[in-house]
Order: sequence, then structure tokens, then C-alpha cells
Amino acid sequence: MAEKTSLINAPIVFHIGPVPIGLEVLTTWVIMAVLVGVAWYGSRRLSVTRPGRFQVVLEMAVGFLGDLIRDVMGAEPDTFLPLIGTLFLYIVTCNLSPLLPGVKPPTASFETTGALGLIVFCTVHILGVRRRGLVGYLRTYLQPTVIFLPLNVLGELTRTFALMVRLAGNIMSHELTIAVIIGLVGLLVPIPFMALSILVGLVQAYIFTILAAVFIGGAMGTIEKA
Amino acid sequence: MNVEMISILSAGIAIGLGAIGPGIGEGIAVAGAMDALARQPEATGTITRTLFVGLAMIETMAIYCLVIALLLLFANPYVHA
Repeated sequence: MAEKTSLINAPIVFHIGPVPIGLEVLTTWVIMAVLVGVAWYGSRRLSVTRPGRFQVVLEMAVGFLGDLIRDVMGAEPDTFLPLIGTLFLYIVTCNLSPLLPGVKPPTASFETTGALGLIVFCTVHILGVRRRGLVGYLRTYLQPTVIFLPLNVLGELTRTFALMVRLAGNIMSHELTIAVIIGLVGLLVPIPFMALSILVGLVQAYIFTILAAVFIGGAMGTIEKA
Repeated sequence: MNVEMISILSAGIAIGLGAIGPGIGEGIAVAGAMDALARQPEATGTITRTLFVGLAMIETMAIYCLVIALLLLFANPYVHA
């Protein structure tokens, strides 16, 4: 039975007190530590006149994310860059982590993406209320007429749910496809599919980030509500 | 026919039928994007980004079906092994 449900339920590595720690939680912690470590190491000696190679790479990443936010949201990226950028970098690292042998990507489980979706969901409402005021924000749910209130509320919930299912479903299904092909033929044939999984991982991270930016921008009124 | 057989059959039917609609939809979307690219090559960035987001939206339907199929196969609540 444990073997059968292992696709959905992560194997337990160890316990901290009564709390079981799954393999994916452990992977998440390692990825978090790696990202923090790389950022700390890269921003240790920043220089305007003589930037090192690593600094140039980091500046390219920050510039790319800033341009993305500016294009999608039509606002200056200062406020949103920490959240959107962290989401993108974290999801990219998670999606590419199965390239290391033996690592299962945390984003392949619905718990991780559910947490990410919940972060986006809360941010949308908090920033929306802060920008427009409580009454002004609640009034956007009555657009264009009062009849649309249930539809707007339903849309708010389903789009967050879709955000969660899309990322986890894509990554999990690709892992499963590779597992099936390895089971069928084994040597060399799975390699193109693994290369494809790099593309899928990057595209899904990009899409999650863009949709998060669109949702937040829609709630804040910087762009048309999606 | 017991529950296991019905689950496996319906998992196949779910993903098979569920892939038709998004397949047609993505085809139409990509055709539209190609058309737009041929007319306005300078708008490549905007078109590509919008296309990706739209494709992700369409693909979600197929992913829902896939998740249902996987749940039926690997985490079926009605099968007690």
C-alpha cells in the first residue's frame, strides 16, 4: 500500500518530535539554504566599477525579473521584485532539481504548490486592500454589475486552485512519464525526455510567475483585472 | 467488472477525452499567434508572452483530467488493497 500511494504521499525521512518530515520538505530546506547561500555569496563584494563575473550573472537575473514585472504589471518593480523574484527563482530551482540523481522535485507535490498558491492568494488581497482601501477593494467584486459577485468570488478561488494544480500536475506528470519510459526501455531513450523536462520546468516557472504578477497587478488596478 | 477495472478504464477515458478539447484549443491559439507574428514580427515579445499564458490556461483543463486519472490509478479512495 505504501508503495502504491508513493506518487502522492512523500516518503518520511525522519521525525522532529511528533512531526514527520517528508523527503520533499527536506529537499525544500536544502533548496532554500542553497538559494540563500548563493545570494549571500554573490552579494558579498558588490562593486560598481569592477563587477565580478558572479555579480554580472546576478544582475542579469534581477534585470530579467524587473523587466518581466515592468512588462506584465505596468508598474515599477521595486515593491514586487522580492516576492515575484523569489517565487520564480525558487520554482525554477525546484523544477530543475530532478536533474540531480535521486532528487524528487518539491513542486511535484500539491502541498508545495498549494503553499505557493496560498502566498499569492493572500498577497493579492492584502495588496489590493492596501492600495484601494477595504471598501474600494470589495467594490471591485461588484464590477461590472452586482449579478457578477458570485462569479467574481468563484473566479478568485478557481484561478488560485488552477495555479496550484497546473504547476504540480505538469511537473508530476513529467516525472511520471520519465519513470514509465525508464521502465520500458531504460538506457539512452529517456534522455530527450529529460531534456524536455528542463524546458517544461522553465516554462512552468515562467507561467506561474507571470500569472502571480497578473493577479497581483489586477487586484492593485495597475492592469486590467484578469 | 470490479472497482479496480472500472477505475483503470475510466482513467484512460478521462485523459483520452480530456485531451481532445485542449488539443484543439491550443492548435487554434498557436495558429492565431503564428498569424499575428507573420503580420507583426516586431511584436514578438508581447505575442509570445501572451501565448504562453494562454496556453497554460488552456492546458489546465488537460492537467485536471490528468490529475483525475492519476488519482483514480494511484490514490483511489474506493479501492482498499
